[in-house]
Amino acid sequence: MEKKELMWDYEIEGKDFRNAGRVSSKVKDILKELGFDPDFVRRVAIASYEAEMNVVCHADKGTLHFAILPQALQIVVKDRGPGIPDIELAMQEGYSTAPPEIREMGFGAGMGLSNMKKNADELHIVSTVGQGTVVEMVMRSPRSRQGSA
Amino acid sequence: MQLFEVKEILEAELLWEPADLQLEIEMAEAADLMSDVLNRRLGGDLLITGLINSQVIRTAEVADIKAIAFVRGKKPDREAISLAMSKGIPLLTTQLLMYEACARLAMKGLTGSSGTI
Ligand SMILES: Nc1ncnc2c1ncn2[C@@H]1O[C@H](COP(=O)(O)OP(=O)(O)OP(=O)(O)O)[C@@H](O)[C@H]1O
Ligand SMILES: [Mg+2]
Repeated sequence: MEKKELMWDYEIEGKDFRNAGRVSSKVKDILKELGFDPDFVRRVAIASYEAEMNVVCHADKGTLHFAILPQALQIVVKDRGPGIPDIELAMQEGYSTAPPEIREMGFGAGMGLSNMKKNADELHIVSTVGQGTVVEMVMRSPRSRQGSA
Repeated sequence: MQLFEVKEILEAELLWEPADLQLEIEMAEAADLMSDVLNRRLGGDLLITGLINSQVIRTAEVADIKAIAFVRGKKPDREAISLAMSKGIPLLTTQLLMYEACARLAMKGLTGSSGTI
Protein backbone atom coordinates (compact mmCIF):
# COMPACT_ATOMS: atom_id res chain seq x y z
CA MET A 1 0.00 0.00 0.00
CA GLU A 2 1.18 3.51 -0.76
CA LYS A 3 2.44 5.50 2.19
CA LYS A 4 0.07 8.31 3.06
CA GLU A 5 1.29 11.82 3.43
CA LEU A 6 0.77 13.58 6.71
CA MET A 7 -0.96 16.90 6.29
CA TRP A 8 -3.02 19.37 8.27
CA ASP A 9 -5.04 22.46 7.40
CA TYR A 10 -5.91 25.32 9.72
CA GLU A 11 -7.78 28.61 9.47
CA ILE A 12 -6.32 31.92 10.61
CA GLU A 13 -8.53 34.92 11.39
CA GLY A 14 -7.25 38.43 10.65
CA LYS A 15 -7.04 40.78 13.67
CA ASP A 16 -7.86 37.94 16.05
CA PHE A 17 -5.00 38.60 18.44
CA ARG A 18 -6.55 36.46 21.13
CA ASN A 19 -5.95 33.31 19.10
CA ALA A 20 -2.91 34.43 17.17
CA GLY A 21 -0.23 31.79 17.43
CA ARG A 22 -2.55 28.89 18.12
CA VAL A 23 -1.97 27.27 14.75
CA SER A 24 1.82 27.40 15.06
CA SER A 25 1.52 26.00 18.53
CA LYS A 26 -0.32 22.99 17.06
CA VAL A 27 2.32 22.57 14.36
CA LYS A 28 4.95 22.59 17.08
CA ASP A 29 3.10 20.01 19.17
CA ILE A 30 2.72 17.68 16.19
CA LEU A 31 6.43 17.81 15.40
CA LYS A 32 7.40 17.34 19.04
CA GLU A 33 5.07 14.38 19.29
CA LEU A 34 6.60 12.82 16.18
CA GLY A 35 10.04 13.10 17.75
CA PHE A 36 11.70 15.65 15.49
CA ASP A 37 14.92 17.28 16.70
CA PRO A 38 14.09 20.13 19.16
CA ASP A 39 16.19 22.75 17.35
CA PHE A 40 14.49 21.86 14.10
CA VAL A 41 11.08 22.02 15.77
CA ARG A 42 11.84 25.49 17.09
CA ARG A 43 12.99 26.67 13.68
CA VAL A 44 9.76 25.46 12.08
CA ALA A 45 7.61 26.88 14.88
CA ILE A 46 9.23 30.31 14.64
CA ALA A 47 8.87 30.47 10.86
CA SER A 48 5.27 29.29 11.07
CA TYR A 49 4.45 31.79 13.81
CA GLU A 50 5.90 34.71 11.84
CA ALA A 51 3.79 33.72 8.84
CA GLU A 52 0.70 33.26 10.99
CA MET A 53 1.24 36.62 12.70
CA ASN A 54 1.52 38.31 9.32
CA VAL A 55 -1.94 37.06 8.39
CA VAL A 56 -3.32 38.21 11.75
CA CYS A 57 -1.59 41.59 11.53
CA HIS A 58 -1.85 42.44 7.86
CA ALA A 59 -4.62 40.37 6.19
CA ASP A 60 -8.34 39.62 6.55
CA LYS A 61 -8.19 35.86 6.87
CA GLY A 62 -6.12 32.94 5.78
CA THR A 63 -5.22 29.27 5.94
CA LEU A 64 -2.12 27.39 6.97
CA HIS A 65 -1.38 24.11 5.25
CA PHE A 66 1.26 21.97 6.87
CA ALA A 67 2.60 18.76 5.33
CA ILE A 68 5.27 16.28 6.29
CA LEU A 69 6.65 15.05 2.98
CA PRO A 70 9.20 12.24 2.59
CA GLN A 71 12.12 14.67 2.22
CA ALA A 72 10.94 17.82 3.95
CA LEU A 73 8.26 19.79 5.71
CA GLN A 74 6.13 22.21 3.79
CA ILE A 75 4.14 25.12 5.17
CA VAL A 76 1.86 27.11 2.89
CA VAL A 77 0.12 30.17 4.31
CA LYS A 78 -2.48 31.75 2.03
CA ASP A 79 -4.46 34.82 2.83
CA ARG A 80 -7.12 37.13 1.54
CA GLY A 81 -5.97 40.66 2.14
CA PRO A 82 -4.26 43.71 0.73
CA GLY A 83 -1.32 41.82 -0.75
CA ILE A 84 2.28 43.05 -0.79
CA PRO A 85 2.99 45.63 -3.52
CA ASP A 86 6.79 45.36 -3.35
CA ILE A 87 8.02 42.04 -1.98
CA GLU A 88 11.69 42.97 -2.14
CA LEU A 89 11.03 46.06 -0.03
CA ALA A 90 8.87 44.09 2.42
CA MET A 91 11.69 41.57 2.87
CA GLN A 92 14.07 44.26 4.09
CA GLU A 93 14.68 44.20 7.83
CA GLY A 94 13.00 47.17 9.44
CA TYR A 95 10.39 47.76 6.74
CA SER A 96 6.93 47.59 8.27
CA THR A 97 3.50 49.07 7.67
CA ALA A 98 2.21 47.78 11.01
CA PRO A 99 -0.06 50.26 12.83
CA PRO A 100 0.62 51.44 16.41
CA GLU A 101 -1.70 48.83 18.03
CA ILE A 102 0.50 46.07 16.63
CA ARG A 103 3.70 47.79 17.71
CA GLU A 104 2.33 48.09 21.22
CA MET A 105 2.09 44.32 21.34
CA GLY A 106 5.79 43.99 20.56
CA PHE A 107 5.39 43.28 16.84
CA GLY A 108 5.77 45.35 13.71
CA ALA A 109 9.53 45.71 13.73
CA GLY A 110 9.70 44.58 10.12
CA MET A 111 11.69 41.48 11.00
CA GLY A 112 9.21 38.70 10.27
CA LEU A 113 9.83 37.98 6.61
CA SER A 114 13.61 38.03 6.98
CA ASN A 115 13.30 35.77 10.00
CA MET A 116 11.26 33.31 7.95
CA LYS A 117 13.99 33.35 5.35
CA LYS A 118 16.59 32.61 8.03
CA ASN A 119 14.68 29.71 9.48
CA ALA A 120 13.35 28.08 6.32
CA ASP A 121 15.44 26.34 3.68
CA GLU A 122 13.21 27.78 0.99
CA LEU A 123 10.84 30.75 1.04
CA HIS A 124 8.57 31.62 -1.85
CA ILE A 125 6.17 34.54 -1.81
CA VAL A 126 3.53 35.29 -4.40
CA SER A 127 1.26 38.24 -3.84
CA THR A 128 -1.49 40.02 -5.72
CA VAL A 129 -2.35 43.52 -4.59
CA GLY A 130 -5.98 43.74 -3.53
CA GLN A 131 -6.36 39.95 -3.37
CA GLY A 132 -3.87 38.32 -1.09
CA THR A 133 -0.58 36.60 -0.46
CA VAL A 134 0.78 33.07 -0.57
CA VAL A 135 3.87 32.24 1.45
CA GLU A 136 5.43 28.83 0.99
CA MET A 137 8.22 27.55 3.20
CA VAL A 138 10.15 24.32 2.88
CA MET A 139 12.39 22.97 5.60
CA ARG A 140 14.47 19.86 5.21
CA SER A 141 14.55 18.01 8.46
CA PRO A 142 17.47 16.08 9.92
CA ARG A 143 15.21 13.11 10.54
CA SER A 144 13.48 12.88 7.19
CA ARG A 145 16.85 13.10 5.48
CA GLN A 146 18.09 9.98 7.19
CA GLY A 147 14.77 8.19 7.41
CA SER A 148 13.89 8.10 3.74
CA ALA A 149 16.70 5.78 2.64
CA MET B 1 20.70 28.80 38.53
CA GLN B 2 17.26 27.45 39.27
CA LEU B 3 13.99 29.32 38.93
CA PHE B 4 13.47 29.60 42.68
CA GLU B 5 16.77 31.48 42.90
CA VAL B 6 15.62 33.84 40.14
CA LYS B 7 12.44 34.38 42.14
CA GLU B 8 14.41 35.22 45.28
CA ILE B 9 16.88 37.51 43.54
CA LEU B 10 14.05 39.44 41.89
CA GLU B 11 11.88 39.34 45.02
CA ALA B 12 9.21 38.17 42.65
CA GLU B 13 5.76 36.75 43.02
CA LEU B 14 4.67 33.62 41.17
CA LEU B 15 1.55 34.19 39.05
CA TRP B 16 0.27 30.64 38.91
CA GLU B 17 0.88 27.60 41.05
CA PRO B 18 2.13 24.98 41.36
CA ALA B 19 4.90 25.89 38.92
CA ASP B 20 8.19 24.04 38.61
CA LEU B 21 10.66 26.19 40.56
CA GLN B 22 13.46 23.69 40.03
CA LEU B 23 13.64 24.60 36.34
CA GLU B 24 17.23 25.16 35.30
CA ILE B 25 17.80 28.69 33.98
CA GLU B 26 21.16 28.86 32.22
CA MET B 27 20.67 32.01 30.18
CA ALA B 28 18.37 34.98 30.20
CA GLU B 29 17.25 37.57 27.69
CA ALA B 30 15.36 40.84 28.09
CA ALA B 31 13.16 42.39 25.41
CA ASP B 32 10.01 44.36 24.81
CA LEU B 33 10.16 43.57 21.14
CA MET B 34 8.79 40.13 20.36
CA SER B 35 10.41 40.32 16.93
CA ASP B 36 13.77 40.34 18.71
CA VAL B 37 12.85 37.36 20.86
CA LEU B 38 11.94 35.47 17.70
CA ASN B 39 15.13 36.50 15.96
CA ARG B 40 17.59 35.32 18.51
CA ARG B 41 20.28 32.90 17.47
CA LEU B 42 20.82 31.26 20.82
CA GLY B 43 18.24 30.30 23.37
CA GLY B 44 17.45 32.11 26.59
CA ASP B 45 15.63 30.08 29.22
CA LEU B 46 14.18 33.14 30.95
CA LEU B 47 12.56 36.11 29.23
CA ILE B 48 12.49 39.39 31.17
CA THR B 49 9.95 41.78 29.71
CA GLY B 50 7.67 44.73 30.37
CA LEU B 51 5.02 43.52 27.92
CA ILE B 52 2.07 41.56 29.29
CA ASN B 53 -0.19 40.63 26.37
CA SER B 54 -0.85 37.00 25.53
CA GLN B 55 1.43 37.20 22.49
CA VAL B 56 4.32 37.26 24.94
CA ILE B 57 3.28 33.82 26.17
CA ARG B 58 2.85 32.53 22.60
CA THR B 59 6.22 33.93 21.61
CA ALA B 60 7.87 32.27 24.60
CA GLU B 61 6.25 28.98 23.71
CA VAL B 62 7.34 29.11 20.10
CA ALA B 63 10.88 30.19 21.02
CA ASP B 64 11.31 27.47 23.71
CA ILE B 65 11.59 29.95 26.57
CA LYS B 66 11.06 28.14 29.86
CA ALA B 67 9.89 30.98 32.13
CA ILE B 68 8.94 34.67 31.98
CA ALA B 69 9.57 37.49 34.47
CA PHE B 70 7.50 40.67 34.15
CA VAL B 71 9.04 43.87 35.49
CA ARG B 72 7.59 47.00 37.12
CA GLY B 73 4.98 44.95 38.96
CA LYS B 74 3.04 44.24 35.79
CA LYS B 75 0.68 41.30 35.54
CA PRO B 76 -0.88 39.83 32.43
CA ASP B 77 -4.64 39.18 32.41
CA ARG B 78 -6.24 35.92 33.54
CA GLU B 79 -6.45 34.57 30.02
CA ALA B 80 -2.73 35.03 29.40
CA ILE B 81 -1.94 33.47 32.76
CA SER B 82 -4.06 30.41 32.01
CA LEU B 83 -2.42 30.09 28.60
CA ALA B 84 0.98 30.04 30.32
CA MET B 85 -0.31 27.51 32.82
CA SER B 86 -1.57 25.21 30.05
CA LYS B 87 1.84 25.41 28.39
CA GLY B 88 3.72 24.89 31.66
CA ILE B 89 5.50 28.25 31.49
CA PRO B 90 6.01 29.70 35.00
CA LEU B 91 5.35 33.44 35.31
CA LEU B 92 7.01 35.77 37.78
CA THR B 93 6.30 39.42 38.45
CA THR B 94 8.75 41.76 40.17
CA GLN B 95 8.49 45.41 41.24
CA LEU B 96 12.01 46.00 39.90
CA LEU B 97 12.59 47.97 36.72
CA MET B 98 13.93 46.14 33.69
CA TYR B 99 17.52 47.30 34.12
CA GLU B 100 17.60 46.53 37.82
CA ALA B 101 16.12 43.09 37.30
CA CYS B 102 18.71 42.26 34.65
CA ALA B 103 21.58 43.70 36.68
CA ARG B 104 20.67 41.76 39.81
CA LEU B 105 20.55 38.49 37.90
CA ALA B 106 23.80 39.24 36.08
CA MET B 107 25.55 40.07 39.38
CA LYS B 108 24.52 36.66 40.64
CA GLY B 109 26.11 35.07 37.59
CA LEU B 110 23.24 34.53 35.19
CA THR B 111 24.55 34.96 31.64
CA GLY B 112 23.00 36.12 28.42
CA SER B 113 22.87 34.21 25.18
CA SER B 114 25.77 35.97 23.46
CA GLY B 115 28.16 34.90 26.20
CA THR B 116 29.64 38.36 26.82
CA ILE B 117 28.76 38.47 30.51
N1 LIG C 1 0.37 38.52 4.55
C1 LIG C 1 0.61 39.81 4.30
N2 LIG C 1 -0.33 40.58 3.70
C2 LIG C 1 -0.08 41.90 3.43
N3 LIG C 1 1.07 42.53 3.73
C3 LIG C 1 2.04 41.80 4.32
C4 LIG C 1 1.86 40.42 4.64
N4 LIG C 1 3.00 39.96 5.20
C5 LIG C 1 3.84 41.01 5.25
N5 LIG C 1 3.26 42.12 4.72
C6 LIG C 1 3.89 43.45 4.54
O1 LIG C 1 5.29 43.32 4.64
C7 LIG C 1 5.79 44.10 5.74
C8 LIG C 1 6.97 43.40 6.39
O2 LIG C 1 6.55 42.16 6.98
P1 LIG C 1 7.41 41.56 8.16
O3 LIG C 1 6.74 40.32 8.64
O4 LIG C 1 8.82 41.45 7.76
O5 LIG C 1 7.32 42.70 9.27
P2 LIG C 1 6.09 43.13 10.19
O6 LIG C 1 5.04 42.08 10.15
O7 LIG C 1 5.67 44.49 9.78
O8 LIG C 1 6.77 43.19 11.62
P3 LIG C 1 7.28 41.92 12.50
O9 LIG C 1 7.14 40.71 11.64
O10 LIG C 1 8.67 42.23 12.88
O11 LIG C 1 6.36 41.87 13.65
C9 LIG C 1 4.58 44.29 6.64
O12 LIG C 1 4.69 45.43 7.47
C10 LIG C 1 3.46 44.44 5.61
O13 LIG C 1 3.46 45.72 5.03
MG1 LIG D 1 5.57 40.05 10.49
